[in-house]
Amino acid sequence: MSIIYLLIAISIFVAIFFFVVFLYAVRSGQYDDTYTPSVRMLFDDELVKEDKPKSKKESKSNALNQTK
Amino acid sequence: MTNCFHCGDPCLDVEIKLEDKSFCCQGCKTVFDILNENDLGYYYDLEASPGISPEAVEGKFDFLDNQTIVEKLLEFNDGGTQVVSFLIPSIHCSSCIWILENLSKLIPEVRSSQVNFPEKTVRITLSGSEKSLKNLVQLLSRIGYEPYISLEDSDKKEKRKDRSIIYKLGIAGFAFGNVMFLSLPEYFENYDFWLEQFKPFFRWLMFAFSLPVVFYSASDYFISAYKGLRSRMLNIDIPIALGIIALFVRSTLDIVMGWGTGFFDSLTGLLFFLLLGKFFQQMTYSYLSFERDYKSYFPIAVTRLKRNQSKETVEEQVEVYEVEKGDRLLVRNNEILPVDAILIRGNALIDYSFVTGEADPIAKRSGDKLFAGGKQQAGVLEVEVLKPVSQSYLTQLWSNDVFSKNHQSSFKSLTDGISKRFTIVILSIAFIATAYWLFADASKAFDVFTAVLIIACPCAIALAAPFTLGNLLRIFGREKLYLKEAPVIEQMAKVDTVVFDKTGTLTTNQKNVITYEGLDLTPDEKQLLTGTLRASNHPLSRALYDLLAKNNIQTPDAFEEEVGKGMSASFKNHSIKVGAYDFVSFNDAPQPVPINTDLENRTAVHISANETYKGCYVFNNEYREGVSETFNALSDKEVVVLSGDNDGERERLEAMLPHGTAIHFNQKPADKLNFIKNLQEQGKVVMMVGDGLNDAGALRQSDVGIAISENTNIFSPACDGIFDASHFKQFSEYLSLANRGTQIIKWAFIFSLFYNLIGVSFAVTGNLKPVVAAILMPLSSISIVAFTTIMTQRAGRKLRIDINKQK
Repeated sequence: MSIIYLLIAISIFVAIFFFVVFLYAVRSGQYDDTYTPSVRMLFDDELVKEDKPKSKKESKSNALNQTK
Repeated sequence: MTNCFHCGDPCLDVEIKLEDKSFCCQGCKTVFDILNENDLGYYYDLEASPGISPEAVEGKFDFLDNQTIVEKLLEFNDGGTQVVSFLIPSIHCSSCIWILENLSKLIPEVRSSQVNFPEKTVRITLSGSEKSLKNLVQLLSRIGYEPYISLEDSDKKEKRKDRSIIYKLGIAGFAFGNVMFLSLPEYFENYDFWLEQFKPFFRWLMFAFSLPVVFYSASDYFISAYKGLRSRMLNIDIPIALGIIALFVRSTLDIVMGWGTGFFDSLTGLLFFLLLGKFFQQMTYSYLSFERDYKSYFPIAVTRLKRNQSKETVEEQVEVYEVEKGDRLLVRNNEILPVDAILIRGNALIDYSFVTGEADPIAKRSGDKLFAGGKQQAGVLEVEVLKPVSQSYLTQLWSNDVFSKNHQSSFKSLTDGISKRFTIVILSIAFIATAYWLFADASKAFDVFTAVLIIACPCAIALAAPFTLGNLLRIFGREKLYLKEAPVIEQMAKVDTVVFDKTGTLTTNQKNVITYEGLDLTPDEKQLLTGTLRASNHPLSRALYDLLAKNNIQTPDAFEEEVGKGMSASFKNHSIKVGAYDFVSFNDAPQPVPINTDLENRTAVHISANETYKGCYVFNNEYREGVSETFNALSDKEVVVLSGDNDGERERLEAMLPHGTAIHFNQKPADKLNFIKNLQEQGKVVMMVGDGLNDAGALRQSDVGIAISENTNIFSPACDGIFDASHFKQFSEYLSLANRGTQIIKWAFIFSLFYNLIGVSFAVTGNLKPVVAAILMPLSSISIVAFTTIMTQRAGRKLRIDINKQK
């Protein structure tokens, strides 16, 4: 059963690796703001608009018409 | 009454329609157009009416043309890339986050932007030229997100972000989890050959994991305990530090001598929960930044007039600090005077509400002295500087002793009081028990001594206060009372005297009750009056205009406004004069209406039509809703009203307030401060409610200083809390919630005492096994946290119910 020494050594090594990653994450400022990411991840991604130029022109002329 | 699609305010006077949407003003509609044209309509999908009505900013950001100032504001500027961080107070919802992080769609120069919502800042990366910063700021203002740029930003010191609490918490958590697993086998008292073989290995591993916890994560407690001992104060950290040391020493000895498995699991668990409490406390504090000092109120740069070689007057933008005595400055409409100065040229109508609390602008003539902090209301002024920035009147008030005093030392918190007694009791129990066992069975003596110190940890006590107060801070914040820090709540519960400022606190600047005194005006005259008022931008004209009926508005044929005096207009064969009494009256014409001497103390707009004096509109201060109820609800405390105004309102106030409320008038800022000092010397705990700058000294002096504000992002740096004016009616409820909070803490202490009794009884009988400690300690911590959280939630809900009952 002396394999346990090796197993525990490996698992500790893995654990310390994750710990170092944690330290790095804190250092790079990820934990400075814990609220905004929770909101940010709920934003929808933009749909790729193919007729974008057309719709832009349309909405511009609409706006112009209304302000008259 | 439709509401504006953009900002949600009701569309009162004007309603601008576009397709099927209504807007309350041109500004809102413009923002809508900008967003629509750039396919940013998702802004409106995230929240209803997320927008903010933009304010006009002509020339406001001209100082950004000055390169030195721009350099100071940029965090990074190299190779065509610039990084800048702005505070945008109007960030308030997820739509704001979305639009600010999608700025690159509006402004091509913006490469990326990231919002920090709790701090209301946005960090923008630009790739642009010198002009791009000014363009960026102007566009942000146009869509309603005006950045708040102040002097402080200009000489910013690199603030090192203090992340140590997260590191410590992380280490403690990491160690706690691992140690718990490693100690699991020893909880079950089986004898197993292989378990015995690995015992030392596992034990030394636990020891290794605990080392960083004890020497790094727990360092704050040791330092604080040491400081407490040095100043002979038994604070809460002393028993904690004692417990940690006992745990560590005992556990190390245990495994070295082979006595047992040690208490490393309890040690790491204890530190984990304690640090969790501290972290939670810190998170709830960071909502509003209270570190601004007076410098933030002054503009960052001013326009200086200089004579160049060809003897022409040239305007240059300079930083406020560079202004010297004798310099000529240009002050525009709505700009704040940065320094004391003499008026050289221009129509000065100065609003000193920041300084004296008087909302009515005062007209000044050439040669008059103007004071820093005043806001120019009419046209452009040329002034000559008397004193540079650091010596102005306002800073003199704020340099008052009061600010340099360490306010913290006067907060005696409940926890410190209890911990004093706790330490003494525990040490005595430990010594007595040890003494007993020395006689009875000496081998157990050390065991018992350390066991008592270990188990009787005030960890629960150390958690009760942070969690309760932290939760209360959030609940208060939800109800629009933003407190600076947790000890303020404890002080609030002790308050026995409340001092109110009158102007801006009890009265609201939003509503004015206007009554007419004098001869009635004919319909023609009324129409002419309305048409005349419409043409003027003066705040009194606008308020009066809102009041009068607006049918058949006719634009006058001739209109003239003499700034600071009044307006004259004529239509067909009618003429009218509106304004100050001197302007409106005719010395040669008879005055049928005698001057009401009371009027000298009131704000009035006089009217004369066709060269006959008619009468005047008197503006009465409108008191906030619920002033009487609030004062009545505070009947168990002494209430005082201080005012910088004159006597005119005495009768009205006495009618509204309970009999015997002390009311003092003509109080200058220094008088208010001294009044509070006197009360404190009588041993009272004073709470002051004021509106900001002019009672800053008093707010700071009082034990709890609350600034009432119509817009919670503009506030006095001296206060302990900010209060949204719209919730004034609930004021007494806040004080009772603070009371309930301290009660909850007391209950939590009693609860933890119960745990301690059980634990100590195990300890003195020599029966404290590691497994027992490992169960009891986390259990007590978790249950205290759960208890305080549930109780504070209940208290918060009760507050909501009480408030809704009032409505």
